[in-house]
Amino acid sequence: MSSIPKIKSKSLSGQVLWAVFAQGAVLVVVLSAAYFLFQNTQANLDAKGIKSGFAFLGHEAGLPIGDSLIEYNPTKSYGYAFLVGILNTLMVSVLAIILSTILGILVGVARVSNNWLLARLAAIYVETLRNIPLLLTLIFTYIIIIGSLPHPRDAISLFDGYFLSNRGIYIPKPIAEDGFGIFIIAAIVASVLAISFGVWAKQYKRRTGRLVPGIWGGLAIFAVLTGLAFLATGNPIGSETPEFRGFNFSGGLGLKPEFVALLTGLVLYTAAYIGENVRSGIESVHAGQIEAANALGVPSGVVTRLVMLPQALRVTIPATTNDYASLVKNSSLAVAIGFPDMVSIGGTIIGQNGQAIEVIAMWMAVYLTINMLISFGMNLLNSRVQIVER
Amino acid sequence: MKNVSLISAIALVAATAGSAQAQTLEKVISEGVLACGVSEGVPGFSNPNSEGVWEGLDVDICRAVAAAVLGDSDAVRFSPLTSSQKILAVSSGQVDMTSRTTTWTMKRDSSEGVDFTQVVFYDGQGFMVRAESGITDANQLDSATVCVTTGTTTELNLADFARAQNITIEPVVFEGKREAVAAYESGRCDALTTDASQLGAFRTSFIDPEAHTILDTLISKEPLAPLVAHGDNQWKDIVTWTIFGLISAEELGITSENVEDLAANSDNPDVQRLLGVSGDTGGFIGLEGTWMKDVIASVGNYGEIFDRNLTQTLGLERGLNAQWNDGGILYAMPIR
Repeated sequence: MSSIPKIKSKSLSGQVLWAVFAQGAVLVVVLSAAYFLFQNTQANLDAKGIKSGFAFLGHEAGLPIGDSLIEYNPTKSYGYAFLVGILNTLMVSVLAIILSTILGILVGVARVSNNWLLARLAAIYVETLRNIPLLLTLIFTYIIIIGSLPHPRDAISLFDGYFLSNRGIYIPKPIAEDGFGIFIIAAIVASVLAISFGVWAKQYKRRTGRLVPGIWGGLAIFAVLTGLAFLATGNPIGSETPEFRGFNFSGGLGLKPEFVALLTGLVLYTAAYIGENVRSGIESVHAGQIEAANALGVPSGVVTRLVMLPQALRVTIPATTNDYASLVKNSSLAVAIGFPDMVSIGGTIIGQNGQAIEVIAMWMAVYLTINMLISFGMNLLNSRVQIVER
Repeated sequence: MKNVSLISAIALVAATAGSAQAQTLEKVISEGVLACGVSEGVPGFSNPNSEGVWEGLDVDICRAVAAAVLGDSDAVRFSPLTSSQKILAVSSGQVDMTSRTTTWTMKRDSSEGVDFTQVVFYDGQGFMVRAESGITDANQLDSATVCVTTGTTTELNLADFARAQNITIEPVVFEGKREAVAAYESGRCDALTTDASQLGAFRTSFIDPEAHTILDTLISKEPLAPLVAHGDNQWKDIVTWTIFGLISAEELGITSENVEDLAANSDNPDVQRLLGVSGDTGGFIGLEGTWMKDVIASVGNYGEIFDRNLTQTLGLERGLNAQWNDGGILYAMPIR
């Protein structure tokens, strides 16, 4: 660390000047090549009578979208339709990242487990999923879902108001009723109290060395207080039950089979990779350290949390960052099973107006942004778990 | 795959010099093969048969152009294209022409770098439903789920139809036709929508065709025409007039069987002009005088093409695609 300021304070020697010049020259070459390609593309598009530019984003889209997080109809603009696609891509990516992380950790821990059966099952899972192309996994999942579930007329209903059919999963939608506002305020107060208790418990432990169950105590406080508020306001959450009408269910919350299949396929596939990252992380921790902690009589939960995990994460996080980025990119396979992600909707836009260059540039920009954000977040996390070198 | 070739098409646009457009004919002759874009597999229009040979109405149009230009109906390299590639592949010069059930619209013709040649099939968008659903009219599809293919006018027509009828239709949009059809067949959708001719083709591929009904309602006009890159007028003329030649040949009663005989013996001046016995129709478009004779000898006239690909295999009737003097709207411009 101490050597860096020295270099900075040096005056521009001949060597440094030369390096600056060389880098500048390369930059000029790259920029002029990019400029040439841009100009040439523009000229060729003009010569062929192909429109270019982003004006089309404001035009009416006219295309139907089956699954949207925000209110959409065909009179909205192309730009808005593309936004619907971005949100769908984001939703499936975020959920898949969370679920594949959970599943991946379970698989990774199972891989190194002393339980022979569990370790073998996890190994079979990892080897199978890693060695089959994701596209096949997706199509297989999709076919299983729509092929095995019944028509909505004969939907499976395990609980009242919950329906499972080849049109997806439909569940009652929670609706705010009288007293909901008071209930929310009570819940906020309860969580503030619970967190304060947790913080106090930590400080108390640091001061006196005596253990107070901060997390469990906090959870108990939250549960009791919100429960009381719920009863006091007289059940402020109602529900809208899905009903079979005409051809399909209306009302309630619905998850389409395309979404479920895509999410399942992505999670199963990525979890196999994350599981391997977790396994390699765990195995990278020297067994002697665990043995030493055990010999000192440290409880096994604390050994895992304070000895093993911090060191395992150093190996696990960088590899997992790559898998998250792959997951986001892999979500573009949605188009094969009919989920309207950004690529599917963009493809339709290309088909309607032929402006492929613009749409592909937008695809690239969105994927780039999402993955840069993931890298940024994961690097922050990584810098916290790495060994601090002095 | 789709993105790879989309991007390569864009790379072509970005990196090639401007005016390589005007010499498609020279290019095809020097390479000795016609690069023709077709669909990925629509029975009756373009579909590889059990021996891997491409067959169908769209395919035969490619073969006809190859016969007119090169004298060999087999000198064609077929490129299966998805819906979102079909325009770009031809405007970027990846293929010399596209014959791929493409609807002729103003926007495509004017602002996407392509020119449409001549309609080879008048189609309309329809719906297929399960017979047991009891649906007889497309208006009854309120709240129904409909399987559809992306990148097509079909998708827009469906949205327009729902808006005009003030009903809600939930679309499930697939990249490929086969996926859309499979999803419909497995019960994911209540209806499948695409051009009526293709619905007929798909229905024949089902295990139990009788369990599915094609509704009479047509919700759009779909004039399907081959397209070429914008700006090469000679090449556009060649494709256009080859199609007119096929239609005229049926009108004049010239078939693949009697073409040699008529060329030698016919006294009809129209027949003589078309077959290059008199006049120089081929010369107008830079081809041999006997261009249409080669075409008809190898692929037959329009009626034979239609019969071979659509009537015999799929049971499709001529309908709008009959000759103008036979109840249809097929009307070839005079070849003289």
